[in-house]
Amino acid sequence: MSHVKSLADLRKLKEDLQGKMSLREKSNHPESMVQVKVAMATCGIASGAKQVMEFFINEFDKRNIQAVVTQTGCMGYCYAEPTIEVTVPGQEPIVFGYVDTKKADEIIEKYIKNGELVEGIIPVKYQSIEINKENK
Amino acid sequence: MKDLSLHILDIVQNSISAGALEIKVSILEDQDRDQYSMEIIDNGRGIKAEDLDRVTDPFFTSRTTRKVGMGLPLLKQNAERTGGSLSISSTPGKGTSINVVFGWSNIDRPSMGDIGSTMALLISSNPAIRFIYNHTTASGSFKLDTNEVIEMLDGLSITSAPVYNFLKEMINENLREIQFS
Ligand SMILES: Nc1ncnc2c1ncn2[C@@H]1O[C@H](COP(=O)(O)OP(=O)(O)OP(=O)(O)O)[C@@H](O)[C@H]1O
Ligand SMILES: [Mg+2]
Repeated sequence: MSHVKSLADLRKLKEDLQGKMSLREKSNHPESMVQVKVAMATCGIASGAKQVMEFFINEFDKRNIQAVVTQTGCMGYCYAEPTIEVTVPGQEPIVFGYVDTKKADEIIEKYIKNGELVEGIIPVKYQSIEINKENK
Repeated sequence: MKDLSLHILDIVQNSISAGALEIKVSILEDQDRDQYSMEIIDNGRGIKAEDLDRVTDPFFTSRTTRKVGMGLPLLKQNAERTGGSLSISSTPGKGTSINVVFGWSNIDRPSMGDIGSTMALLISSNPAIRFIYNHTTASGSFKLDTNEVIEMLDGLSITSAPVYNFLKEMINENLREIQFS
């Protein structure tokens, strides 16, 4: 019979990761990291926001990019879901619409790594997502 | 919504938006009573009594200027289509509880989908919120609490890809045990 994982196995995982992660955590100043917020309200979820969020979490890890990926409520662009907001340190946040995993890959490789603009930017006078949420 | 796990993600997002710091997600598969129930209880800001009836009314939005969304009406409609129901109780300042029942064997009941990834995503990307997940079937039950995960990690961040993937696999493996035995 195959082994079914339990929380005890997490301890093993933890030991494996400890060296690698503790190094990373020391440089964990959120302002110095790429931030991605994925809109996770009904319209976002129905159009695939969950896969997009999962993709960013795993790909940032694989590609060794320091980033925080979080979910947020409705950003107000239901017509363009899934939408995400990307903030590269020192730059204004940018909202991208119609993000699938292919677009997400392009955003990582071109925009986040090289600062090149990619299609799909939603022009907004910047307001933080938190503010939009309060107003709704 | 394609499956129940996406509905859960959606309903829990309401709790997060309501400022909840503790969110319980309980699933009960009761084949004897032909019911598939899900309950989400949070300690967020709650819903005012006068809004309570209206939040699940799909026509509410069109009749007023206040924006009320699609999440709850959609879930209610999907549950009722299977002979089930949705009920909400809420106390402003204390929290909200959503109880939804689907007909277990009804052909229109969506499948559970990847609940492992839904719960893992919620737990690992909201470190300040305590999630308590409980899934019970006739063959047993599985429980996971954010606090136990944090304790096991002993200082290591819960927000990381390896932890996310571990939790996802762990939940799904354990559910398989109580579903097919
Ligand atoms: N757990 C909760 N705590 C407090 N208020 C809630 C909760 N769940 C729902 N509500 C209230 O009910 C309203 C309707 O929720 P619903 O999920 O149907 O739509 P929404 O979240 O506004 O938009 P969306 O279509 O993106 O889901 C919310 O706007 C909120 O005011
Ligand atoms: Mg909602």
